[in-house]
Amino acid sequence: MKALIIDDEPLARSIVKEYLQGYPQIELVQECCDGFEGVKAIQQHQPDIIFLDIQMPKINGFEMLELVDNPPATIFTTAFDEYAIKAFESHAVDYLLKPFSKERFDKAVQKCMGQANVMAQRNSMQTMLDAASHSPLQNQRIVVKIAGKIKIIPVEEIHYLEASDDYVKIHTKEGSYLKNKTMNYFEQTLDTALFTRTHRSYVVNVQQITRIEPYEKESYVVILKSGKQVPVSKAGYAKLKSVLGL
Amino acid sequence: MSISPNRKFKYVFAAWWLAWAMMHYSVLLNYGLTPLQAFADSCISNILLAGCCLLIINNMRYYLPRQEKYWYVLAVSFGLASVWLITVRLLLWVIFRNTDVYLSMLSGSSTIRYGIAFLMLGCMATMSLLFFTQKEQKEMDARKMEAEKLAKEAELYKLRQQLQPHFLFNSLNSISALVGARPEQARKMIHQLSDFLRGTLKREEHQLVKLEEELQYLELYLEIEKVRFGHRLSTIIECSDNCKIMKLPSLLLQPIVENAIKFGLYDTTEDITIRITASGKDNYLQVNVENPFDPETSSPKKGTGFGLSSVQRRLYLLFARNDLLETKSENNLFTTIVKIPQPY
Repeated sequence: MKALIIDDEPLARSIVKEYLQGYPQIELVQECCDGFEGVKAIQQHQPDIIFLDIQMPKINGFEMLELVDNPPATIFTTAFDEYAIKAFESHAVDYLLKPFSKERFDKAVQKCMGQANVMAQRNSMQTMLDAASHSPLQNQRIVVKIAGKIKIIPVEEIHYLEASDDYVKIHTKEGSYLKNKTMNYFEQTLDTALFTRTHRSYVVNVQQITRIEPYEKESYVVILKSGKQVPVSKAGYAKLKSVLGL
Repeated sequence: MSISPNRKFKYVFAAWWLAWAMMHYSVLLNYGLTPLQAFADSCISNILLAGCCLLIINNMRYYLPRQEKYWYVLAVSFGLASVWLITVRLLLWVIFRNTDVYLSMLSGSSTIRYGIAFLMLGCMATMSLLFFTQKEQKEMDARKMEAEKLAKEAELYKLRQQLQPHFLFNSLNSISALVGARPEQARKMIHQLSDFLRGTLKREEHQLVKLEEELQYLELYLEIEKVRFGHRLSTIIECSDNCKIMKLPSLLLQPIVENAIKFGLYDTTEDITIRITASGKDNYLQVNVENPFDPETSSPKKGTGFGLSSVQRRLYLLFARNDLLETKSENNLFTTIVKIPQPY
């Protein structure tokens, strides 16, 4: 079995390493000190198990997992994070609260190794990530992967979101990025004072709007500062009106 | 089914007046009045008297006399009873002005009518005075308890903030890692952590300390953070001799530096340097705390977010000024500037 440690504190990594020495069948392939290295190392080594810290530079542990296509079995290690603990507790993903004992560590590793149903773990991980994304930090930015690079988009810079098959296209000044999430997900997590779902397939940053014009019968179109036109349905128009206080 | 106290009062009030009016009616019948006369007399007298009682209750509900309460009760009862008697006599005279027997009874019974009305109104006024005073007392007690609860919560919140669970647990985790490989260093870190915690516990919000002391305390904190983050974190402290003796509220700098460390460490992936510079200018002690950040991915333009709001609040409570804490961001450098007025 291959294992990976992702934590920004060297001593926190060394204790996991120390505890792992009791497992000759687990090979520690790499230690990473941030999420960027983590994503790369996961692709490179395809580990069976990762030890992941939550609070890390640039992108946190949850955001890092969002960027990995088939996340391996994950044991979260964290000191104190109310949102994270809430997210764990409601789902069957194991986590270690720092500082943790060897016994507690063994239990987590054994649970992970004995996890017969990998799909089940994967599903609960997905719902957990969704729960974790309601934390105040994470709804300030969106992390995407583009051409092998990781891009962090502060939400204020988003012009609008567009549904695109199984993905959502995030449009900004610099260009557009795809994110493997649903429109409902964004509608629920983004700040409602800033973003409004104007249409089944569109969510608009209201601060980018310059004009709203009628378009055909009972529908409208908003014109953004960038000149881009975004459709507005009848229901979307009502929502937009209440947000803008018209 | 439970009946609300207000509703219950209404029923009792109505029942009482009904019984009283019936008694009034039967007494008048015994005096030899016709049923119509007795009925009209009883109705008019008692409806008006009940109205006067309601007037007193409502008056007390919104205005409770603070001083000379009993004189107030007497005056009100006296005044209202007089007004009531005049009105009743006038109305009954208008109705029965041609019936001499009745009119003579009416003027003969004035004294007793007045006496009854006066007693009735006096009782009502006293009862409502007591009732509303007690109610007010209860409300005041509830408010006082609420205020005490809030104060306690604030105190607990302060303690929680001081103990900084995140920092504490991560430090303990580092110690746990050191115990195996470098026990000497683990012991040293336990001492540093203990000194730091003792420092937070013994200081008080309003206490003023010398900058020198505060910086020593800050060093303790920085040493622990440096063990945690290893080579990624380095710090520079610059302080001229003349400001070492200047005073500032205790524990003011630590949250600012903690904020800068978090911001710097979690916003970039490179090694960072935190620079703390103290200077004295025009009766102010000014401390600047600088940390690097990545302007592309974060937006420090949002004023004093990032955990500085509690520092801002504290400065406001101590000095009643909102302009003592500023932040600015230039290139890749975020600076927090705090000014403390001197001397006190």
